[in-house]
Amino acid sequence: MIATVIALPALSALLLLTLGKRSNKFGPGLAIAASTGSFLIGLWQFLQMAARPEEERAVITTVYEWLAVPAAGFKVNFALQLDQLSISFVLLITFVGTLIHIYSLGYMSHDENKRKFFAYLNLFVAAMLLLVLADNYLLLYVGWEGVGLASYLLIGFWQHKPTAAVAAKKAFVANRVGDFGLSLAIMTMFIVFGSVSFSDVNQGISGAPAWVSLTLGLLLLLAACGKSAQFPLQSWLLDAMEGPTPVSALIHAATMVTAGVYLIVRSASIFNASEIAQTAVVIIGAISLLMGAIIGAAKDDIKKSLAGSTMSQIGYMVLAAGLGPIGYVFAILHLITHGFFKAVMFLGAGSVMHATNDNVDMRRYGGLSKVMIFTTITFFIGYLAIIGIPPFAGFYSKDHIIEAALSHSWWAGAAVLFGAGLTAFYMTRMVVMTFVSKPRWEDDVHPHESPLSMTLPMIVLSIGAASLGIILTNDHMFEHWLEPVTGFVEPEPPFSIQTITIITLSVVAVGVLAAIWQYRKIAKVAPKKVSLVVAAARKDLYGDVMNEALLMRPGQGLTRLLNIFDKSVVDGFVNGIGSFTGGVSARLRRSETGYVRSYAMSIVLGTAILVVALLIVGL
Amino acid sequence: MNFPWLLLILLTPLIATVLLFIPKKYVVFKDNQIALYSSLITLLFVIVVALQFDINSNSATQFDISFDWIPIFGISFHLGLTGISLVLVGLTAVLTPIVLLATEHEVQKKNKEFLMWILLTQACALAVFLARDLFLFYVVFEAMLIPIFFLVGRFGGPRRSAAALKFLLFGLAGGLVMLAAVIWLYFVGASQLGRGTFSITALSNELSIDTWTERWLFLGFFFAFALKAPMVPGHTWLPDTAEQATPGTSTMLIGILDKVGTYGMLAILLPIFPNASREFAPAIIGLAVFGIIYGALLAIAQKDMKRTFAYISISHFGFIVMGIFSFTSIGMLGSMVYMVAHGISTAGLFLTAGYLIRQKDNSLINSFGGLTKVAPVMTGFFLISSLASIALPGMAGFVAEFMVLTGTFQRYPIPAIIATLAIILAAIYMLWLYQRVFTGAEVKESKNIVDLNKKQILILSPIVVLTVLFGLYPAPVVKIAEQAVSNTMTYVGAVDPQPLIGKAVTP
Amino acid sequence: MNPSAYLVLSGIIFSIGALGVLLRRNAIVAFMSVELMLNAANLAFVTGSRVWGQLDGQTTAFFVMVVAAAEVVVGLAIILTIFRTRNSASVDEASLLRW
Repeated sequence: MIATVIALPALSALLLLTLGKRSNKFGPGLAIAASTGSFLIGLWQFLQMAARPEEERAVITTVYEWLAVPAAGFKVNFALQLDQLSISFVLLITFVGTLIHIYSLGYMSHDENKRKFFAYLNLFVAAMLLLVLADNYLLLYVGWEGVGLASYLLIGFWQHKPTAAVAAKKAFVANRVGDFGLSLAIMTMFIVFGSVSFSDVNQGISGAPAWVSLTLGLLLLLAACGKSAQFPLQSWLLDAMEGPTPVSALIHAATMVTAGVYLIVRSASIFNASEIAQTAVVIIGAISLLMGAIIGAAKDDIKKSLAGSTMSQIGYMVLAAGLGPIGYVFAILHLITHGFFKAVMFLGAGSVMHATNDNVDMRRYGGLSKVMIFTTITFFIGYLAIIGIPPFAGFYSKDHIIEAALSHSWWAGAAVLFGAGLTAFYMTRMVVMTFVSKPRWEDDVHPHESPLSMTLPMIVLSIGAASLGIILTNDHMFEHWLEPVTGFVEPEPPFSIQTITIITLSVVAVGVLAAIWQYRKIAKVAPKKVSLVVAAARKDLYGDVMNEALLMRPGQGLTRLLNIFDKSVVDGFVNGIGSFTGGVSARLRRSETGYVRSYAMSIVLGTAILVVALLIVGL
Repeated sequence: MNFPWLLLILLTPLIATVLLFIPKKYVVFKDNQIALYSSLITLLFVIVVALQFDINSNSATQFDISFDWIPIFGISFHLGLTGISLVLVGLTAVLTPIVLLATEHEVQKKNKEFLMWILLTQACALAVFLARDLFLFYVVFEAMLIPIFFLVGRFGGPRRSAAALKFLLFGLAGGLVMLAAVIWLYFVGASQLGRGTFSITALSNELSIDTWTERWLFLGFFFAFALKAPMVPGHTWLPDTAEQATPGTSTMLIGILDKVGTYGMLAILLPIFPNASREFAPAIIGLAVFGIIYGALLAIAQKDMKRTFAYISISHFGFIVMGIFSFTSIGMLGSMVYMVAHGISTAGLFLTAGYLIRQKDNSLINSFGGLTKVAPVMTGFFLISSLASIALPGMAGFVAEFMVLTGTFQRYPIPAIIATLAIILAAIYMLWLYQRVFTGAEVKESKNIVDLNKKQILILSPIVVLTVLFGLYPAPVVKIAEQAVSNTMTYVGAVDPQPLIGKAVTP
Repeated sequence: MNPSAYLVLSGIIFSIGALGVLLRRNAIVAFMSVELMLNAANLAFVTGSRVWGQLDGQTTAFFVMVVAAAEVVVGLAIILTIFRTRNSASVDEASLLRW
């Protein structure tokens, strides 16, 4: 049954891609139907699961035997694991996914390749569902690369733009660096445990030597960094904004980029067994959340600013996941609330771009609240949610992460608190520049509200962004729900919860006020003279520069050098043998003079030598 | 004697070759039809054989056919089927009709000759995979050079004669060393067993060669197989040949015939020289890993599409060799799947790109751009072939690569880790090529490119279907080859490593 | 019977013939020198036959004569043809079959 959740969008994608132009008419409708169907089945499964007693909620369905080498005890099933964690993801993916399908109907209405776009979206949904439903790491890997492929196709959807094509390739390659880690992790699991299924690894890890959990932890962290755009593999996410905005909302904000967090939480038993690996996760999360926030605060491109924010928010989740059982639940909670409020803001940004002839420069926005009511309101709800104002969703998830971080160590707490301030700053900046301040529109821009197909998903998502926090944390519902899968320990922060809330809110207030003060006047062109931090942040904190200097340039040099080496040395050796033989024979043939007597001479000499030789031997 | 299925398989392309030259008034079919039908009949026979193949049988070979050939030297015309050969025979039988269909209009003049050489290539490939007599194996191993030599030398780019000569000389060099080894092996066998024999089964089962002789003989055979496969540093003929040859020829050559090298390692080298194989395995693994990375890096640097594909193949052959010499069931079976996956993806790359290259007579990467707009279907097929080639999960290449890497990782962790780096390089070389040729702004060269028509789509579809099919369900290949691989493991005396902890393996 | 005198004579004649072939350019002379060598060999054969008292050597000598005769027929014809086309019987002139 659960397989149909994946099969529906997968088949729809297959159909749309094979039928080609013939399915142009009904394509988008079919894609939306497939996604909706998937959601409904997921919902039904969820209700059934919730009705079952806690111990019987997790179910593994084996579809067929995928790969088996009995002689080596190697067996991987195509099996789906439906438990509390995966069903949460299924609901998030299909719900947000369906809404974004609907949104795309309006956003992509003028694109001639609309059908292809919807096919890719379906493909993505299917792959993402496979990722979260797989019952073993190898099958997870299939979904993992599947979403990477969908992301590649969608970032590069406007392939005529060279920047889009480059960004798509960059995303895929960065992801492959992460996959390197995942591949090695899976192989290590096999040689250690003889199996790659979650349950076997979970069982085996307790009896394994320390190096196993450490190695696996670090390798999985590398994988998560690639997929979730965490330091040091973060640079692709900003470029990925070349893709259509619904893609940025669904893939590069709400779902795919959070797969790294899923991976860490799913591998909880491995990380629990290695403190060093956990600390590494926390450090990576902290670095990424600060880097992302700083980048987000300096970008004038609304999508890139949001991308920086995504990186930062995922940093929160990763950090929370690194905290161990006190953090897993909140990492997932933040992941879900983030899925809603970030999606709504990306869709809002898309709506704004739609209204301003696809301009992304916030310095040419301003005053849009007057013409775009729904967009402004929904965006504002998302804004309140992300900076963590009660009772909006982000408050609950982020506050819990801050509590957990504070009970872990002072530096992790400081990082998340500072991050909260930065978040407030850059988000306020975005809202001020886009909606509040005086209009700075280009001359030919006449902003207008978007059609219903676009506003409706935003409204639905904003309701979620407003209310999910209260609903899910009410009576510790979400903690209890996930506890059987991830384990849960109540955090014990050094201060009381009220104190922490007050501290957090005041940090947020400082950020908001600073932004309002800073952006009371906005120039139409970005100022040239800026502090070093801003200059660095505008260049993505030199992530690309480092990649280029450390990897790309030397790599290009190496390949060029090797090419010359191959041609001149390796092939040169072979050709050398050829020309040596040719040269020698050219000289040797000179001995063939054509004079009969010289041939006769050689016969006589040969005979004489033979005679002499025979005489010597005979003697 | 059983029904001579294998003989039928082998004779079909040969008979078709003869039919090509019967005057047209006696034959109702056109040349292309003769070739195509014969390849389809071969495929049919192979399917029949595959259905009757007993995957659990313990005997070394099935469907044996044997005639005395030169009895005084113990040479017989012996055909037999192991699981390993069945997989490769299947690959040959599937790819040949696809190549024939895809290259239908490749050569206007000399079409008859082209078809003849393609069919002879197929016959040689089939014979080499079916031969169970070392002498017969050697003869077809050498004979294989002839059709490819003419295919490259007579149909191809401007520097095709040089390329063909280079190919031939490499092949002859390997063959010569192998001939010396074959003769030496004969005398070793004759003095030890009291009778000369070339039977591969007998040589593997009954011979125990003294250490140094075994080493030299091993190296002799390995040299030939490594040049054929090809492994770095004996690889330089492949890019030159692929660059000059037509896409159809390249598919036959790289997709099928180069597998003879790796097949020889698995089916001849390991069973006959188990001790030397074990001894040299670490060195060969090292060479293979070097080749994997080296080929991948060079693939990035190429300016010509066909050369890129050639270097990609060199990298992939590194994987196959690595899997074979890992001496683990997973690694060896992974190599089997890899050979199939590589054959299919190579065909996809060469044939799809072939449709493009033929239109402009130009295979330089930089002269194209923005093709996705003018030829979306071609773009799609190329992308799928690329993804298959870089082992995207869900496609055959992934299963293969993962198995090879895991198998190697069980015994040689460090080389396996280095080889895993290739998955990053693979993304770079393939997607960069794709980006430059298919995306971006349309350039002049790609303005009037015609997209694939329905027929061409139909021709290429089986490739895509097979890639995905084996990616999601590799069991057919694994099950067929399993027993043969486990026999090889027994010859080598290798036992699969047990997991460090966790459940014990039930054999 | 002591064969040494005969063998020495045979050796001398053979050497004269060999030197003639090597040194003379005129085709006819070179040809006659070859005959000389053949006959030196014949002498050695006959001597051997006499020493061992068997007829093998004599028979071989006859064979050599037959071969020599055949050779003369073919050889002279070639020389004649060369002389007709080139107006010269020098063996050095006919050196076209070189590298």
